[in-house]
Order: sequence, then structure tokens, then C-alpha cells
Amino acid sequence: MGHLVARRALLAVPVLLVVTFGAFALAAASPFDPVKAYAGTAALGADQETLDRLRENLGVDRSFAAQWWEWLTSAVTGDLGQSSVLRQPVADAIGERIVWSTLLCAVAFAVAVLLGTLLGVLAARRPGSLLDRAVTSLAYSLEAAPVFWIALLAVWLFALQLDVLPAGGLTDTGSEHVTAGQVAHHLILPAGVLAVSQLPWFTLYVRQGVGDALAEDPVRGARARGLGERTVLLGHALRSGLLPVLTLIGSRVPELITGALLVETVFSWPGIAAATVEAATAVDFPLLAALTTLATAAVLAGNLLADLLYGLTDPRVKLSEM
Amino acid sequence: MADTTADTPLEKADTAGPAAPAVVWRSRGTARRSTHTLRLRVSAVLVAVTALAVLLVPPLVQLDQQTVDLASKLLPPSWSHPFGTDDVGRDLLLRCVYGLRVSLLVGVVAALTATVIGTAVGAAAGALGGWVDRLVMRLVDTVSSVPHLLLGIFIVAMFRPGVWPVVVSVAATHWLSTARIVRAEVLSLRSRPYIDAAVSGGASRRRVVLRHLLPGVLPQAGLAAVLMIPHAMWHESALSFLGLGLPTHTASLGTLIQGARGTLLAGQWWPTLFPGLFLIIPTLAIAGLAGVWRERINPRRRSELTL
Repeated sequence: MGHLVARRALLAVPVLLVVTFGAFALAAASPFDPVKAYAGTAALGADQETLDRLRENLGVDRSFAAQWWEWLTSAVTGDLGQSSVLRQPVADAIGERIVWSTLLCAVAFAVAVLLGTLLGVLAARRPGSLLDRAVTSLAYSLEAAPVFWIALLAVWLFALQLDVLPAGGLTDTGSEHVTAGQVAHHLILPAGVLAVSQLPWFTLYVRQGVGDALAEDPVRGARARGLGERTVLLGHALRSGLLPVLTLIGSRVPELITGALLVETVFSWPGIAAATVEAATAVDFPLLAALTTLATAAVLAGNLLADLLYGLTDPRVKLSEM
Repeated sequence: MADTTADTPLEKADTAGPAAPAVVWRSRGTARRSTHTLRLRVSAVLVAVTALAVLLVPPLVQLDQQTVDLASKLLPPSWSHPFGTDDVGRDLLLRCVYGLRVSLLVGVVAALTATVIGTAVGAAAGALGGWVDRLVMRLVDTVSSVPHLLLGIFIVAMFRPGVWPVVVSVAATHWLSTARIVRAEVLSLRSRPYIDAAVSGGASRRRVVLRHLLPGVLPQAGLAAVLMIPHAMWHESALSFLGLGLPTHTASLGTLIQGARGTLLAGQWWPTLFPGLFLIIPTLAIAGLAGVWRERINPRRRSELTL
């Protein structure tokens, strides 16, 4: 297992190198000029010499490959540059915000797994029944619904009409301290919406997995031994049906990041996904490059987790052969 | 290794990854078949209505989308305005049709571009094999380890504003799955006897690829393209919603929802609700049609997408 982790970590290095290099190449190809963005309207009256000096100071007078290499060598030492939109070092910004993103994603993911398993089992119990059809159609409709649209409608319903939950932010306005109670209260809506956006996938896969397992020999055997329907469903069908779903959990990281980008923006949640959107809007390249790299690393880690779980839960798979 | 990169949620559930081999529920015969036909009919009607609406309404009802009528602003849905009006008094039904037209156009163009790129790359990798194949597929893996929307955001952030950056951004993030599908299909076709026959008959590599391999992969590529349209539309609306996509004066479904955020906080729900519905309905209809198509070209994989 350690062998697999080490091998994957080694394989991740070239991927991250290519991704960051690609980011710098794209930035170099774009019509956007960092000097004009830095100087703003002051650049209009400035003479060429001042602009050139500024260009040199910002380090953007060299080729993008040289800039990439410099960024990379300082990134290894933990210096990711300065974010112009957040007005703080990129590393500090990520350190402050990653906690809130992790909290949001973890809660949403847990809710989606639990609720998805419940709905999937209920649907698989009687294939073709009214409940099955209702759950399946709901899952497909939810998958087709854009998550930011669901988030806005949730704000309208719960924050404006019912006035039971706050519409956004991390704490109440005017509050000085971040308390656990306030965070929990503010977390309900964004985490709920993010969970709903991840729910269809779990529901459909659990329904499929349990449905498959119900038609297999172990279940028939269990029924033949006279075991109760609940034991058969939860002890036999769910156990083998859930296995493939659990092993794929790690591979949901990209979808989770996509959802977080939109949900954090709608709810002004102070996480790294919302910061990514801010960085993109303000063309804050150091922040955007660092967050893109971080997201890619998270995806690779998720893939590794998926493979590890696969090997751990299915004894027929030998990790050393992967 | 688990395949970790199916992109659309819809597509993912459809194409049945390793965890979801399509199960054939013990079918209840005619009852099941009739729901299939019903689904096909409903999807076909919805797609037809959508197509007619976006093609016919804008030329026929040439109400200027820049007109402002503050006397009738933010009217709730009524008989004269079925979807209500927006914050400057424009009819929302008409605006949604205009928005759907733009979103659909961006979606179709981006999906076609992505399919052409994906098919070319996948076919080249599969047909050439060797180090080209390994290099190309490693590149595909690398690009797909950046989350799609994030890569899209990165591209539009660097090249916006405008329509083309959005199209490029969507196309650049969507060709990967098609490349994988086409490559796998080419690899399986390569070992068929008729290819051997063509090769031993003296056909050039070019001729084998263009005349014998590509026609075989086109149904799969076409299916992937159709399934990509809703996802490309979703992608465009997400970018526009974040304020990074189409310019705000262009009515796309995403910019409509983005523009409605202010009125939503003032309590008016209709400018937000209807553009979203306009995004969901074509998505479900196209997915329904694609499901039937998939059953035609691959009869073993049935019973997915039983709405």
C-alpha cells in the first residue's frame, strides 16, 4: 500500500508540472497585460520607460517559461506570491480559507452519502414501483438542475420567505467573533444545497448496486435460509451493493469542487472556491494559478483514495499490481 | 484503476461506469415498453418544441430586447405575461426564448468543436498506437485532472470578454471524454477481421482509418456529441452566472439568472425560476432521446435512464 502511495505521488509530480506550465503558457498567450492591470488608469499617462521599469519590477519582462520556473522554485519554499485582489500573500489566503471550504465540502458530502444511500435502497427495494420511479425521476431532474439555480431558490425560500436561515456569509452581520453556533447556522443552507447537487449520483449508483445485488445468489441464498427481508436488504444486498459506490467516492472530488465554486459564490462563503472566482474576475494570476494547482492536487489525491479504497474493500484486488 | 473522469453527471449515470453495469430489471413486459415509448415521445416533442421556439420566435416576434418599459416592471406571472416581466419591464417568456437560443447555440457549437477535436485525437491515438498513443492519453489524463469548471474559469479569465472565449473554454474542457471513447472504439475495431482484410488487400493506413475505422466510431461519437450539448449549455450558464461568461447584455440563460439575483433578494422569484426551468427541460429531453439512441446502437445496455 505504501508502495502504491509513493508511486502515485511520483506520478503526480509531472502532472502538476504540466498543469502549472500550461497555466503560465495560457496567461502568456492571453491579451491581458499585468502591468496595465497593476497600474490601472495611471498607466495611461505614464511614459514607456516607467512602464518598462514596472514590467521589470513585476518580473513579467521575461519569457513565460522563465517566469514559470521562478514561480515553481519559490512555490516549493512556500512562497506563492502576492494576491492583488485579497491584498495578502497567496499562501496566507489559502491557509485562512481552506478550513471553511473543507468544512463545507465534508458536511455536504457526508449528508449526500447518507441520504443517497437511504433513497437508493428504498428505490431498489421494489424496482419499477411508484417510489422507485419517483426517486429516479427526482434524481435525474436534480442532476439536470444547475446548482446555482437551486442555491438561489433555496435562498429565496429559506432566507426570504420563511426567514429561518441566513442568506449567506459565515457569521451574522455585525458579529465580532466566529462562534461555532453561528457557523453551524450559516452552514446549513450552503451545505444542504451542495449535498443536493451531489445526491443524484449516489442515489442512482446505490439503486443500481443494490438492485444488482438483490438478483444475485447470496441474496437468494439468504432468502432461502428464511432470513428476514430487512436482514437480507441491509446485511446482504446493501453490503455488496454499496462496495463499488464507496470505492468511487474519491473520484467525486472534481464534481465537489465544481459545486463548491458555485455554491460558495452564491452564499458568499469565505472559502477557497469563492476566492478562485474572485481571482478569475480580477485576473489575479498568482492566486488563480495556486488555487488551480491545489484543486488538481486534490483531484489526484481523490483518485488515489478511490484506488486505495478499492483495494481495501475488495480482497480480490491486489494493490501491488495497480 | 477506477475511471475517474466521466464529466456530466447525466453522462456519468448513463455511460455506466465500472460500478453501474446496466441492470435489466425483471421487466413487466408491455408496461415497461410503453413507458419507454412514452419517454421517447415526450422527449421528442420537447426537443421539437424547443427547436421550433428558438428558430421561429425571434424572427417572428421582433420585440427589441433593449426596450425598457418601467411602467410594467417586475409584474408577476399573468395571462399577458406568462412568466412575468423583469426589472426593466421586458416579457420574461420572450427573454427566456432569446436566452435559450443563445445558450443552445453556444452549447451546440462548443459540443461540435469538442467532438471534432476528441474524435481526431482519439482516432489518431487509437490508430497510430505506440508512443503517440501513450503520450496523447497521458496528456488527456493530465488535462482531465483539472476540474472542468475550474479549467473553464481559468481560460475565460485569461481571454474574456466575448462569446468566443466561452465557446473555446467549453470545447477545451469537453473533448477529453470523446477522445477516450473514440480511442477505445478504434482499438476494439482494429482487431476485427474486416480491418485485417483491408490491410492485406493493400489499403493504405490513411484509407483504413478514413474508410474503415472512422465510420465505425461515428455512432458513438455522435451519441457523445448529443449528450455533450446539455452539459455544454450548463457550462456556459455557470460561467455566465459567475460573471465570467457571455457579456451581461447578451441574454443567455446564465446571464438571465445572474441578472435576476438582485430582484430575487427583493423577493421576486420569477426572473430566477423560469430561466432555470428552460435549462432543465431541454437537458432532460436530450438525455431522453440520447437514451433511446444508445439502446439502438448498444442493445445490451438497456434500462438506464428510466424516467
